[in-house]
Amino acid sequence: MTLCRRAAFVHLMFVVAAAATGCSRDAGDQRATLRLWAMGREGEVVSELIPAFEREHPGIRVQVQQIPWSAAHEKLLTAYVGDATPDIAMLGNTWVPEFVALDALEPLDSLVASSTYVRRSDYFPGIWSTNVVNGATYGVPWYVDTRVLFYRTDLLAKAGYDKMPATWREWRAAMVRIKAGMSPRQFPLLIPITEWPPPVIMGLQTGSALLRDDGRYGAFSQPPFKKGFEFYSGLFRDSLAPVLSGSEISNIYQEFERGNIAMYISGPWQIGEFTNRLPRALQDKWMTAALPGVDGPGVSLAGGASLSLFRSSAHKKEAWKLMEYLSRPDIQLQFYKLTGDLPARREAWRDSSLAGNRYARAFREQLDRVVPTPPVPEWEQITTKVIEHGERAVRGRNSIDDALAGLDRDVDVILEKRRWLMERRTAERR
Amino acid sequence: MQMTASRLRIPSEANRAAWFFLAPALALIGIFFFLPVAAAMLLSLTDFDLYGIASPLNTRFVGFQNYSRLLRTPDFWLALRNTFYFAFVGGPLTIAVSLGAALLLSSKLVRFKGVFRTIYFTPFVTTLVAVAIVWRYLYHARYGFFNYALSYIGVDPIDWLGDPNWAMPAIILMAVWKGFGYNMLIFIAGLQAIPEELYDAAEIDGAGTFRRFFSITLPMLSPTLVFVTVITMIGYFQLFAEPYVMTQGGPLRSTTSVVLLMYEEGFRWWRMGYAAAIAFVLFIVILLATLVQFRLQKERDA
Repeated sequence: MTLCRRAAFVHLMFVVAAAATGCSRDAGDQRATLRLWAMGREGEVVSELIPAFEREHPGIRVQVQQIPWSAAHEKLLTAYVGDATPDIAMLGNTWVPEFVALDALEPLDSLVASSTYVRRSDYFPGIWSTNVVNGATYGVPWYVDTRVLFYRTDLLAKAGYDKMPATWREWRAAMVRIKAGMSPRQFPLLIPITEWPPPVIMGLQTGSALLRDDGRYGAFSQPPFKKGFEFYSGLFRDSLAPVLSGSEISNIYQEFERGNIAMYISGPWQIGEFTNRLPRALQDKWMTAALPGVDGPGVSLAGGASLSLFRSSAHKKEAWKLMEYLSRPDIQLQFYKLTGDLPARREAWRDSSLAGNRYARAFREQLDRVVPTPPVPEWEQITTKVIEHGERAVRGRNSIDDALAGLDRDVDVILEKRRWLMERRTAERR
Repeated sequence: MQMTASRLRIPSEANRAAWFFLAPALALIGIFFFLPVAAAMLLSLTDFDLYGIASPLNTRFVGFQNYSRLLRTPDFWLALRNTFYFAFVGGPLTIAVSLGAALLLSSKLVRFKGVFRTIYFTPFVTTLVAVAIVWRYLYHARYGFFNYALSYIGVDPIDWLGDPNWAMPAIILMAVWKGFGYNMLIFIAGLQAIPEELYDAAEIDGAGTFRRFFSITLPMLSPTLVFVTVITMIGYFQLFAEPYVMTQGGPLRSTTSVVLLMYEEGFRWWRMGYAAAIAFVLFIVILLATLVQFRLQKERDA
């Protein structure tokens, strides 16, 4: 009954799709039609790369569907339930484990091994590993994303530093000196307390694996994470960073321009924003720097988006050709120029447009030191708990120990189903 | 007794005809209401989630575990507390403001009644999301209008949406502004139904404005008041869009309502079984609150 209805529904969708795309095309069109779903700006721009691909492969036609980020997750899940997934989708790389859990994605290892275009060795290892779940690869990195420091060079120089320090101790000392020359409502660093990456990055820098026992339990109350979290919350306690949530910061560029903040941890999309929104007088007074670490350059998060192939695709061979095409260094560069998204291929970084961009340099350096978040489908939910308990500690509602113990308690509840599934699987194997 | 018995004796043919005419409506209610409710009830006894979508074998029947876990979760009690806060502060406030506005607009001294009625009603028909975004600017701690206005009377800036103690009052204020127009219209209709002679008679008897309000207006409005209270409360217990747009439930979950919690569990984390359990608990809470209101009303009438 359900299957029947699902099939009928899918047929209906095809009829609608056919009507929508226009029936003027010849009935004798033998080309395979690939459906590619991509989110946000990338979804808009990728269409511009498609005509060249269709010229190279006359037998393949590509239909791009742009999905808003806010609806993407739900739409992909609904498509999975309704048996209407596309051939290829762009997936934020924390989503990959989730769709692997649904068994919706095709493992790509053998395709990668025999490919002349997708060479694993040319990717940043930390980024590639975000696509590996239980030892198999389920996505090819499309563009990369990590967090670095954006800072005011003049404010740092005024405090006596000609470049960003690389260790926590010196970084903190620099912030204290910057703070000394500021009014009480100005702060050396801005890290919105409603963002999970900063505390997680600092925990990763002190060597925490975030979860333990193969993702069965949280490891937030254990010493490595606690050490990082103490540094993080100390920044607020000592007024080096303001206790502000993301929605309270109306215009970060204005605050940066007025010198109300001197440093900000953010991602590659801000290069364009800072270039466009800061006044000309300030353009040679800001720079990016890789994140400081405990005793030297520190790690950051491996982020970005991947292209994944759906198991239910009827045109896997053709779809892989498109994935190979979008992974080619020259196409990656073209994509970078269109979107500002940083390419996943190291070869593309050697091009002058990137190698010559002084703001991109810190990202290039940082990308060699990126760590993925735990590959469990529950990760996104865990991040909301990190924010929640982190906020309690930062606002002084809970001690650090209580907050982290509470965080682990919540995380263990979230992971209960995962533990049950894993134990059942081991029992079956026995 | 005799009367009820005779009233129930309906000829069987008429009975059949009645069923015939009722059937379409009953079928629709059955298919689109009772069936889903029953399905949701069953769902709330399982741990159906993302893994369950992958394979039905990954779903466990957990009995009332979702409910017992819910009752042990501090987040749920916080959400319930927030919802009560919103309903029991925001509800009466909305009713008071709308009654006040209705009385003003019914006064013989006020001119351009149609214009004011339209102005007061406009917020109600405006899209909530658009309103919420504008209000978020008004509430801004540093650049917002409210703090700017307050600075003139020497009040220090309030971090409206960022302070856990102020966020809910801020949401209530916006909800009252947005919602009072609808109740106001109903009150105006209720006021118009009160015979003018009562006021004339009271005036001859020497009753002042307040006496007339408490002895004529309020008792005569009582049925309208019950209706407005029940509808407002049911609506306010389902608080969702305001915090969803303005604060995402924060800061420190101080504006997370039960429905927002249900939405997060169900459609963000796909824990459908757990979310269904939340829905049933909310249903019971609303049912109890409504029953209490009716009981109070009956006692007052008696």
